[in-house]
Amino acid sequence: MAAVRFEGVRKTFGKVAAVDGVNLEVTDGEFVVLLGPSGCGKTTLLRCLAGLERLDEGRGFIGGRDVTELPPRARKLAMVFQSYAVFPHMRVFDNIAFGLRMQKVKKPVIAERVDACAQLLHIEDLLDRYPAQLSGGQRQRVAVARALAPKADVLLMDEPLSNLDALLRLEMRAELKALLQHLDLTAIYVTHDQVEALSMGDRIAVMNAGRIVQVGTPLVVYDDPADTFVGGFIGSPPMNFLQAEVSLDAGSPVVQVSGGRFRLTAGRADPLAPRKLVLGIRAEAIEVEGDPGEDLVAATVLVVEPLGSHNLLTVRAGSDVLKVSTPADFFPRPDSEVWLRIVPDRIRWLDRETGKAVSP
Amino acid sequence: MSRGRHRVLPRALLYVAAVLLALWVLAPIYFITIGAFSTSEAVYGYPKQLIPRDVSTETLSFFLHSAGVVDSLKTSVYVAGITIVLALGIGTPAGYALARFAFRAGDAFRLTVVATRAFPIVILSIPLAVMFIRWGLDDTVLGVAIVHTALALPFVVLVTSSVFAGISLELEEAAMTLGCNRAQAVRRIVLPLALPGLAAAAIFTFVVSWNEVFAASILTLQNRTLPAQVLAALDQSSLPYRFAGGFVLLAPSLLVILVIRKYLFNMWGRVVT
Repeated sequence: MAAVRFEGVRKTFGKVAAVDGVNLEVTDGEFVVLLGPSGCGKTTLLRCLAGLERLDEGRGFIGGRDVTELPPRARKLAMVFQSYAVFPHMRVFDNIAFGLRMQKVKKPVIAERVDACAQLLHIEDLLDRYPAQLSGGQRQRVAVARALAPKADVLLMDEPLSNLDALLRLEMRAELKALLQHLDLTAIYVTHDQVEALSMGDRIAVMNAGRIVQVGTPLVVYDDPADTFVGGFIGSPPMNFLQAEVSLDAGSPVVQVSGGRFRLTAGRADPLAPRKLVLGIRAEAIEVEGDPGEDLVAATVLVVEPLGSHNLLTVRAGSDVLKVSTPADFFPRPDSEVWLRIVPDRIRWLDRETGKAVSP
Repeated sequence: MSRGRHRVLPRALLYVAAVLLALWVLAPIYFITIGAFSTSEAVYGYPKQLIPRDVSTETLSFFLHSAGVVDSLKTSVYVAGITIVLALGIGTPAGYALARFAFRAGDAFRLTVVATRAFPIVILSIPLAVMFIRWGLDDTVLGVAIVHTALALPFVVLVTSSVFAGISLELEEAAMTLGCNRAQAVRRIVLPLALPGLAAAAIFTFVVSWNEVFAASILTLQNRTLPAQVLAALDQSSLPYRFAGGFVLLAPSLLVILVIRKYLFNMWGRVVT
């Protein structure tokens, strides 16, 4: 176990900066997820940490040691690759034992440690098999066991679940999280799947275009995105963004959106008024009413998608199209009128020019 | 499927051409093989039998007992052996570099490697012979092996680079995160996985050396390889000798091509990493 720290990391390929001045601190025993769309530099950042890429600028520290110039083998870390990278010419046992053998650990200790890791991943019956005789999910388990066996300080994972089918991914996600909690490992996990990030990480570092845009706990990143990119990338459906104008009407703030206007009951918007802003609101933070009323915004139903636990409505309010979730028993007809109550406490205010959050 | 009907005629022509081409290659091979496995009467007999009546090793054993044949066979094996060691020793690292590292003018280098084969050995042979005589390499096994290495090297480089390109870089990187340096990762992970492909390259090198006749003929007098020996003896030898000699030269190559063809196709499939 060890803390990990990055300072001003920069890595370019040709003229393209894959990682552009990243600072990141991961505390001892923490599980941090690097989340971002493909091509945002998250895998490159992980490979920089692993020592598989040389840094162009900046420094990296693992457990207080400066590892910037160290080769991968001297960094005391383990890595799980997207393709698993299980050695095809070795049995499962030899795969898991590989790191220990390189450390010249004594044979009985290796056998013990391999067994322990195999049991953690429930692959103790597969030790004599070759990788070609395993399913994708089993290979994945071998890859994780192999990374755990040498007891590295830090565990790096590069989209480890992305090659599994949906059901297996769901199962493995929970299992992996439980395993890492149990082992109390410092772990850095790369994914483009925001559900995976929200469900697994202690903290999420959202990346875009080579930079870290926001670091925070899953709830903070979900509820209070730092900018429109984070709000639009995290959550399914993504956050709704409406062009809005806050003004003062007889001393109390009023929000004007293209579909209508409503009063802000809470005092939160006072410092904002009067101002043109972007109103960010999650689908579940909008209540849908069947009848008109005060402080409701009129909208037309475009699509109703029943999802079992709730219904997802696509509605048009003025010139904006929104996603709204409603209880499973609420079934408005398409083209019918509904009225939206935008819950003031859940509004995230963002700047129109920069897209960055301005919420008080 | 109306488009398919329009293509029937060209397709039939294609097949006819393919059959003719195959016959062009296969017919001589067939006759040589029949000749090598029949009695000398049958070899001299006329009209030729399309299906051999009595299979016999008489012709082959006559050939193998002819003067110089066993010695030249040995020489051929030695030359091929040294060629394999040299060509793989030099070519494998080059192939690895081509597969793993993006370097400036990598593609140009690749092309140059192939282009060296376009340079006719006939033109090279005179200066080569002069140089070898100066260095005392003429009429030696090593001298022939060096020339054969030069001939086989382009193929070895390209074949091994395709073999290495087919081995995921992540395997190597995984080994490096697990405590290997680059050399250890190559030795413990890449080489074992590349072994079948390297074996194919070795066998291919063997064929190149085994069948090469020109350089071997020019550079040797006493220590002739088998093709050089057969060529030298051709105009004074009997028909059974020629058939048997032809067969002994032919058979290993055919066998080898059969075994390694999938690697040869691979080579063009993914030259670029």
